[in-house]
Amino acid sequence: MSRHAAGPSESPLQNVVGRRTSRELAARLANDIPDGWFVNIGIGKPTIIADVVEPEREIVFHSENGIIGVGHFAEGSAQDDDLINASKEPILIVSGAAFVNHSDSFALIRGGHLDLAVMGAFQVAENGDFANWSIPGEKIPAIGGAMDLAVGAKRTWIMMDLFDRAGVSKLCERCTYPLTARGAVERVYTELAIFEISTIGFVVRELVEGLNLEELQRYVPVEIRLEDSHLI
Amino acid sequence: MIGKQVSSLAEAINGIHSGATVLVGGFGDAGTPVALLEALLEDDIRELTIVANNAGSGNRGLESLLREDRVRKVICSFPRSKGSVWFERRYLANEVELEIVPQGTLTERIRAAGAGIGGFFTSTGVGTELASGRETRIIDGREYLFETPLFGDVALIKAHRADRWGNLAYHASGRNYGPTMAAAAQLTVVQVDEIVPLGSIDPENVVTPGVLIDRVVKVEAGKT
Repeated sequence: MSRHAAGPSESPLQNVVGRRTSRELAARLANDIPDGWFVNIGIGKPTIIADVVEPEREIVFHSENGIIGVGHFAEGSAQDDDLINASKEPILIVSGAAFVNHSDSFALIRGGHLDLAVMGAFQVAENGDFANWSIPGEKIPAIGGAMDLAVGAKRTWIMMDLFDRAGVSKLCERCTYPLTARGAVERVYTELAIFEISTIGFVVRELVEGLNLEELQRYVPVEIRLEDSHLI
Repeated sequence: MIGKQVSSLAEAINGIHSGATVLVGGFGDAGTPVALLEALLEDDIRELTIVANNAGSGNRGLESLLREDRVRKVICSFPRSKGSVWFERRYLANEVELEIVPQGTLTERIRAAGAGIGGFFTSTGVGTELASGRETRIIDGREYLFETPLFGDVALIKAHRADRWGNLAYHASGRNYGPTMAAAAQLTVVQVDEIVPLGSIDPENVVTPGVLIDRVVKVEAGKT
């Protein structure tokens, strides 16, 4: 879909065979979410997840603007100006959906009632810190619901391009941009690899086809490790 | 006899003065009272402090007020919006001040104002630069920041349906900040798609009770 184009052209490792598009990555992430979870999908790529999830799955998607039960993107005459997701894209709701006001929506978030929040990021550090609201001197700051979600949801997974527009790795030893939250991130889903953050830092759970660890490590300035074989 | 409905947008915004703090409902364009915001342009009302989720969305409403230089300060959670350029221009030229607030803290600060709560502790923002110089407290081993209530002189919101008492029902996610903001201002004005006879909104479906509403104005579809 044109509104979620692939990553920036300056990115390293453009030609890796198994490199995932945003929709492929969203579908891959959805496969890791257990049925029955209530999951917030944040602005940007994560909002694609509700559009690609397999129809037989029963995952309930929450949007910070008071929707519990986000469905597919709405097209054409099915669009309703008052029915949008966190990215302000028109959506449908699923059977069983509910609307709540903003204060109640964030009570759900802060109160620990969501199993998972999926967000984008500018930087993710090996200690689980992440930054996604301000790049001083470059962008107008914009927090949205990110800080509430990072402290409130039971888990935080990041879904992002591995490299920024200049081709610099977003995985880092320590964040240099202003933090969204400390130590919140458990997993990072990117177009080239999926990482878990453990007490020893970034552990690779999955590399896409055509990519090996040594090649990836060349472009990532913080140590990334393969899972211990007994954990695979 | 209670009659909250007014017959024109001019009447709906009457008395709103320069320098006012205005709570503005909406998330993106959903639930944004565009007609009420555009009506403010008809009067010489300036130096407004706007409290809203976004700093304009699309090319109408808040975007118009920013373009016409009516806004002194924006208190919001997410000022970057597709298709909106005036906040960025004014901000980069130091013509408008920005107070950025996490979204859940923003709505809870407004809720506290309307609910008579003198502030609250939240763990949102702990460990970030927003916490610097702030009052904190450890409660049951967890760190929290103290947040204060956020009142408006005026709240401008949008709902789907109202009766003459000001009871409101909303449409879909257009509800967003409406019920919270309705309680937190001296004067609450709501634009609606339709005004229906008293009693025709099922009490089970009244989301905002009329006690919180001062004025209701019907805006024809397509003019929102």
